[in-house]
Amino acid sequence: MVDLRTTVAGISFRNPLWLASGIWGESGNSLKGAWDAGAGGVVTKSIGSEPRLGYPNPTIETYDKWGMLNAMGLPNPGIAEYPQEIEVARSAGATVIGSVFGADADEFAALAGRMAATGVVAIELNLSCPHAKGLGSEIGQDPDQVRDVVAAVKRAVRIPVIAKITPNHYDVPMLAEAAENAGADAISAINTVRAMAVDVRLRRPVLAHGSGGLSGPAIKPVGLACVWQIYERVKIPIIGIGGIISADDVIEYLLAGARAVQVGTAVAFEGIGIFHRLREDLSTRLAALGVATTGELVGAGHRGAGAA
Amino acid sequence: MRTITEVSERIVETPSTVTLRFRYAPSALPGQFVMIWLPGDDELPMSLSYTGESKGVTIKAMGATTRAALSIPAGAPVGIRGPYGNHFDLTPKRILLVGGGSGTAVLAPAAEAAARSGGSVVSALGATTAAELLFLDRARGFSETVEVATDDGSRGHHGFVTDVSQRLLSEREFDAVWTCGPEVMMRKVIAAAEPRHVPVFCSMERQMKCALGMCDACALGPYHVCTDGPVFPAPQLAALPEFGRTKRDSSGRKVPL
Repeated sequence: MVDLRTTVAGISFRNPLWLASGIWGESGNSLKGAWDAGAGGVVTKSIGSEPRLGYPNPTIETYDKWGMLNAMGLPNPGIAEYPQEIEVARSAGATVIGSVFGADADEFAALAGRMAATGVVAIELNLSCPHAKGLGSEIGQDPDQVRDVVAAVKRAVRIPVIAKITPNHYDVPMLAEAAENAGADAISAINTVRAMAVDVRLRRPVLAHGSGGLSGPAIKPVGLACVWQIYERVKIPIIGIGGIISADDVIEYLLAGARAVQVGTAVAFEGIGIFHRLREDLSTRLAALGVATTGELVGAGHRGAGAA
Repeated sequence: MRTITEVSERIVETPSTVTLRFRYAPSALPGQFVMIWLPGDDELPMSLSYTGESKGVTIKAMGATTRAALSIPAGAPVGIRGPYGNHFDLTPKRILLVGGGSGTAVLAPAAEAAARSGGSVVSALGATTAAELLFLDRARGFSETVEVATDDGSRGHHGFVTDVSQRLLSEREFDAVWTCGPEVMMRKVIAAAEPRHVPVFCSMERQMKCALGMCDACALGPYHVCTDGPVFPAPQLAALPEFGRTKRDSSGRKVPL
């Protein structure tokens, strides 16, 4: 019998398959829906200080089943109204992780404090959205700012703090190290990869914002490399993100060093039922491999392997 | 991926409503919608008002983008993706169609399909004023009877289309009601049909961004209008506190309808 329970930063999750931020996370009913569908944890949409409409459409470009490009522009109802959404999910028993974004350490700290008061089990810091001016990866690409934000948030809250790292940097593990040195309890990696679509006939970018972030199976190899390298440089747990759609994808991330994973774009391909399917497939696959707990596999790919 | 196609024909339906026809090959069923991109402007979710190979959407001026859409000329490029969402179940034979304003746009292709396959359709169309009645001639083509209501009494019943549909429900037997229009109107349609045990199907509208069941912009209770709808059986809607009362704006905040 495979035990899928997973502990990250001292918090117990019923399985390692979390709903990624930005997917089904604007409303409490949807977070509840993802939980009811079997997710081990649900990460909220990234919430800011004020309501934010996001960019005009087109905000999405799709590429069959291998990828998706988006520039939503961090739409969110704002921290004042969002607690009522979290309450809907929490009262259904969901393990909720609250994602926040801000323009500087003070704003992050204030938001994290208000988010923590809603009863979320952990805070995830969006240091990695690739398409919002002065926010996300514009802060997260600077290790000094990563350090300042994490340190300020750690002073503001008692619950675990997860830093979500951008892949759009020449030395991704350095960003994770900066977060760890400032006291982060875990690393989420990766957010989307900066990308763009251009229409030949119209001779213009497809997305209203111009550039956006690529997600889906196309970026799984990027995510794996980042998780692998981060695992070699930090001691805190890693949550792997990027292109997960099958049980083997999950196992690959575990072997690279992730303790848990997040699933996002695959929800658009398959519906929210993907959590149930992944949970069943993962149990079956681990049993076939003679593995009793996911913990046995975390980082196992590194033992006896050469440096990446 | 989007397909860039050209507006093949632009038809002024009413002073505030325009139909854009375009060639778009993917097959679609009545009730489904497409995302239509007006390059340089927004991309909008629009139920198809024509579902054959030459498709069409019928746009009513509501906000800045829809107002701009009204002046799009034939030959202009538009981007189309989809079709998305579910569709009307075409098996019921005796249909009551209740269309409020531009809501008739999505009902017309469903009613045409029903009439083609031997069904009978009775239509109740409502608008603010006679000139704003959408698809009146088209409705005469697919309906056994067409009745109209206008807010100002300039044509047909002076008052709500729900007065007309309630009377029709009491006079005749129907296997299903198909309705689209303001949610307050649809609530009344449901209330009138429920005691007579006639199932009601409503085509719903919400803010949309991805249209893929991912971004949560069109969250409606436990549903996403883009993938669980846009056509909902009445029992799914009746229990929702937001039905007829609130929607979510682009930020995800609940705002009054």
